[in-house]
Amino acid sequence: MTSRDVADRDTVHGSARDRRRARRHGRQRTWPAFWVFVGPFLAGLILFTFVPIVWSAVLSFFDAHNTVTPTRFVGLANYVDMLTNSDFLASLGTFSVFAVFIVPTTVAISLGLALLVHRLRFARAFFRSVFFLPAACSYVVAALIWKLSIFNGVRFGLANTVLGLFGIDQVPWLSSASPPWYWVALVTLRLWLQVGFYMVLFLAGLQRIPGELYEAAYVDGAKPGWQVFRYITLPQLRATTVAVVLLNLIAAYQAFDEFYNLMSSARGYPPFARPPLVYLYFTALGQGQDFGHGSAGAVILALLIGIVTVLQGKLFGFGRRD
Amino acid sequence: MRKPNGLSRRGVLAGAAGLVATGALAACGSNTGRGSSGGGSGPTVSQWYHQYGEAGVEQAVKRYAKAYSKANVQVQWTAGDYDTKLATALVGSGGPDVFEQSVAKVDQVRAHQLADLTDVFGSAKDDFTPAVLDAQTVDGRIYGIPQAIDMQMLFYRKSWLAKAGVSAPTTLAELTSAAKKLTNKKVKGLFLGNDGGAGVLGAVPLWSVGQSYLSDDQRKVGFTAAAAAPVFAALRTMYSSGSLLLGAPADWSDPSAFTQGLTAMQWSGLWAVPVVQKALGQDFGVIAWPKGDGSGALSVPIGAYASTVNAKSKHVDAAKAFAKWLWVDKTDYQRDFDLSYGFHIPARTSIAAKADKLSSGAGKDAVDLVQQYGKVQATPGWTSPMNTAYTDALNNIIRKGSNPESELKTAIGKIDKQLSTLYK
Repeated sequence: MTSRDVADRDTVHGSARDRRRARRHGRQRTWPAFWVFVGPFLAGLILFTFVPIVWSAVLSFFDAHNTVTPTRFVGLANYVDMLTNSDFLASLGTFSVFAVFIVPTTVAISLGLALLVHRLRFARAFFRSVFFLPAACSYVVAALIWKLSIFNGVRFGLANTVLGLFGIDQVPWLSSASPPWYWVALVTLRLWLQVGFYMVLFLAGLQRIPGELYEAAYVDGAKPGWQVFRYITLPQLRATTVAVVLLNLIAAYQAFDEFYNLMSSARGYPPFARPPLVYLYFTALGQGQDFGHGSAGAVILALLIGIVTVLQGKLFGFGRRD
Repeated sequence: MRKPNGLSRRGVLAGAAGLVATGALAACGSNTGRGSSGGGSGPTVSQWYHQYGEAGVEQAVKRYAKAYSKANVQVQWTAGDYDTKLATALVGSGGPDVFEQSVAKVDQVRAHQLADLTDVFGSAKDDFTPAVLDAQTVDGRIYGIPQAIDMQMLFYRKSWLAKAGVSAPTTLAELTSAAKKLTNKKVKGLFLGNDGGAGVLGAVPLWSVGQSYLSDDQRKVGFTAAAAAPVFAALRTMYSSGSLLLGAPADWSDPSAFTQGLTAMQWSGLWAVPVVQKALGQDFGVIAWPKGDGSGALSVPIGAYASTVNAKSKHVDAAKAFAKWLWVDKTDYQRDFDLSYGFHIPARTSIAAKADKLSSGAGKDAVDLVQQYGKVQATPGWTSPMNTAYTDALNNIIRKGSNPESELKTAIGKIDKQLSTLYK
């Protein structure tokens, strides 16, 4: 071994040791800062998200009427009750149908709007903001406007005034269950509130598609319009579309705000168009105060959303690289 | 530039969000709802009221609390969904010491949420209207001191009925035909709430055919599908015939639909009388819900908020002493509470007898209706899941047009199941 080799080795060793020391020193210095910044957030997350989830799972195995510290263990009885409860199953069924309808509709309309706004040569920011604005509106406020001024059942409601111009009699939009006109109010409200948000996601996706692809397609003789959309735009938007469908699907099963505010009265909620969460709300948090059955229902709903999400991810490839 | 151990912009943002969140949480913690301070010494007793619509009630109850010397009473005036807030608060340890509620539920008693108040009444017990005292009684023990009675009834526009040539209806058939005759392009015949009566009517249709929610001992279902089906079928007919007002901006408890001339008849309550009087003068009358058939009776649902003590309170004895002082001993305050602000019937017959407001006009008619036909709608044994099962059936029958008999049979099955878990 020559002296130069030794010198080299020392240099190597020395620098590695220095680096290690520097790293340890740095970690020691930033450790308090890390906890100051992350600690409160983490504590909040644990206290208000993880503890309730675990507690709820525990409660679902107990007879917990009017108490959150139950003592009577009932095993799977609450789950059996909920899975044989025709009202809960009916609400799950209704909302599967609702999801099948609302998810494609939202995707189609928001994608359509995104394509239109994307093609604009001027005032694009203006239209983007206009379509996005409803997303900033509270569900509760919007529900009140829908209920009290647009879809109220008397002759001076907006919808009925328009019908009146054509000589059509007033329709009790939210009261009538046969035909179920209330869906008109519920679906239009949801679309108005959320289409703008998903449109912005699609716009972001559209802006990421490289222009060369369209040029190449043009050179290869693809006709502008449907062909380009079908073979270039749509495949390039796959990741965005899958994310939008996923978010939409979860939102559909978690529907609560506008349903509760449009359909419920001081005396409760009707048995139709009753979202699973509204049913559980009345079981566990309303005057029912039955936390065992309520928690079992919540766990079932969470599992259902999980399963549907995983299946949908498998089918469309969420998270797969393009 | 990448700093492996330094602070990234994202880290700073996350930390800031965390700090904001802690700040918000701290703000939540200080909101104990103990704004107004009482005057007394001794333990601090919190008292909850729901939000009364009439002006002056809040100031009045705070004045009473301040006048009590043996405890420091803190009044919380609760806006919004009072019943749900109360039910949630009673589960935890932070609930009120004294509160008001309209019925002592059997499941609340089972969960040891309510303190036994049987011994605070003393000789005054006979002075309370028996029907509203029954709503506070479970297994012979009393859990609430009734404060003021409210009742529901049918308002009708006298001149409009006269013009259409119909008299105030006393049977369901008359009500149906009157509603139809009174309906024209601008006015509907009858308003029973935006759900066509499915929510508010409750036990009233059952009473009108001689049935009830539960048997007298509260252990069995009090109606049969066969006996109750015709009256619900009649409500469905009325609903689908277009003579009911539906989707009004304000629901049944608010008389605006009636005073604005959207409907000729409306189901509402005693509290609406002053507003209606102001708008229509003498051009209105009040009647009970009509008979369904020969076996039924005219029906008038009543209810009373009652002062109740939380059994989990740290100061149960102080809370009981305060409730006794205010709602049993201090009759001048009870009189002020019942008669000076809105339109209530005092729960104590000795005070009701001296009420001038209730000695003429619609007020007197209402008192007469209560004395002759008044019945408490929700009894201690009628729990929330039973009510949901029953109301679901009504919604399906009236609004969807489902078969009344099979819907009622389903409801009876669900109620039976609840009863069997309560009394096993």
